Amino acid sequence: MEELLLEYLPILIFFGVAVGLSIVMVVASVLAARQKPDAEKLSTYECGFEAFADSRHRFDVRFYLVAILFIIFDLEVAFLFPWAITLKENGMLGFWSMMVFLGVLTIGFIYEWKKGALEWE
Amino acid sequence: MVELWNIYIWPLIWILAKILLIVIPLFLAVAYLVWSERKVIGLMQQRMGPNVVGPWGIWQSFADVLKLLLKETILPTGANKIVFLIAPMLTFVLAFVAWAVIPVGEGWVLANINVGIMYLFAISSLGVYGIVMAGWASNSRYSFLGAMRSAAQMVSYEISMGLVIVTVLMCVGSLNLTDIVEAQRTVWYVVPLLPMAVVFFISTLAETNRHPFDLPEAEAELVAGYQTEYSAMSFALFFVGEYANMIMMSSMTVILFLGGWLPPMDIAPFNWLPGPLWFGIKVAAILFIFIWARAAFPRYRYDQLMRLGWKVFLPMSLLWVVGTAGVLVAFDLAP
Repeated sequence: MEELLLEYLPILIFFGVAVGLSIVMVVASVLAARQKPDAEKLSTYECGFEAFADSRHRFDVRFYLVAILFIIFDLEVAFLFPWAITLKENGMLGFWSMMVFLGVLTIGFIYEWKKGALEWE
Repeated sequence: MVELWNIYIWPLIWILAKILLIVIPLFLAVAYLVWSERKVIGLMQQRMGPNVVGPWGIWQSFADVLKLLLKETILPTGANKIVFLIAPMLTFVLAFVAWAVIPVGEGWVLANINVGIMYLFAISSLGVYGIVMAGWASNSRYSFLGAMRSAAQMVSYEISMGLVIVTVLMCVGSLNLTDIVEAQRTVWYVVPLLPMAVVFFISTLAETNRHPFDLPEAEAELVAGYQTEYSAMSFALFFVGEYANMIMMSSMTVILFLGGWLPPMDIAPFNWLPGPLWFGIKVAAILFIFIWARAAFPRYRYDQLMRLGWKVFLPMSLLWVVGTAGVLVAFDLAP
């Protein structure tokens, strides 16, 4: 266990270095450059207009739909990872159970395709 | 005291030195990727490209960084300030941290963890957060729409990327990146899995929001997408993060399909060059195609982009997963 965790130590340190680096870069810029904010400069950009409204408004539901479909298929990929590297050890039973699983998923995929969940006209 | 040094401090210094050995070349690579992108596209469009700062403009990127450093950091009044500042840092950090597991040569890797490809996949998925956070926190319509588009596009192509990775994993039988490269000693996977390599490459274009899939920052409609409100170093962090991500994705393509640091053939003129150099050459070649695609293709429409991701790549890669598994099991080729 110890050794396994030790393998990840460089990643943790790298993470720390990267966070430090990004903070240093932003802070250095704030310190080095002359900051002279005014109301116009700080207003939201909207092609020369005053911003019409807040941007926290409604947006197309299809983005949400894509996110949901993504979860289904990404989970499937997550299931495939351990199956894929033990393909030999799984034997025939393992192989065919995954095929059944993928078959069910494909039926679902065909259903959502026919339902028009993938249409963006 | 001596023990403290031997157990903790020297290894720490050693790790930090290795991190420096990744970070500095990565910064240089990003700087020269930006420069060569501008130069190559310039030449493809019969322009000169940058040619003022230094001979052939080779110091252009450094001048740009200096300029961005001396710009004012703008925090829009409507923005959610903390998230607004964290978003570019997140993009930057993720783009850099991914490099911890990439083997540049035999044994040239910071952390040779045995779930390397999983780690890379996870880190590149997390990239969506930086963009969504930026788009939401900016409180600008352009940023928001750009972020939504970008998120939807990245998650769509991530699925086919995942399936392609699974196809390769079936042939390797290990998640370790070094093992994946070593498994290609006989033949690079680009040969038996060519369609998957193409799907993977195109997905990386979409994943890094590059042309022809750069809808999140389609200049004509969304100004600069989720980066609209950013200035100075916050913008630079996004920029560096994006380009570092491009290099990372190219490295992933090279590791999965083009035999990593292995020479094309293990015979005289090829194996004179050291492994890391081969790795660099291959990554550079893939990056050239990235740039070439930008110069050659018009931008996709959003519905075309989604159709390609969901209706072409997803069924196709799923079919290849099933087909490859079938062949490997039927002929008892699985490792």
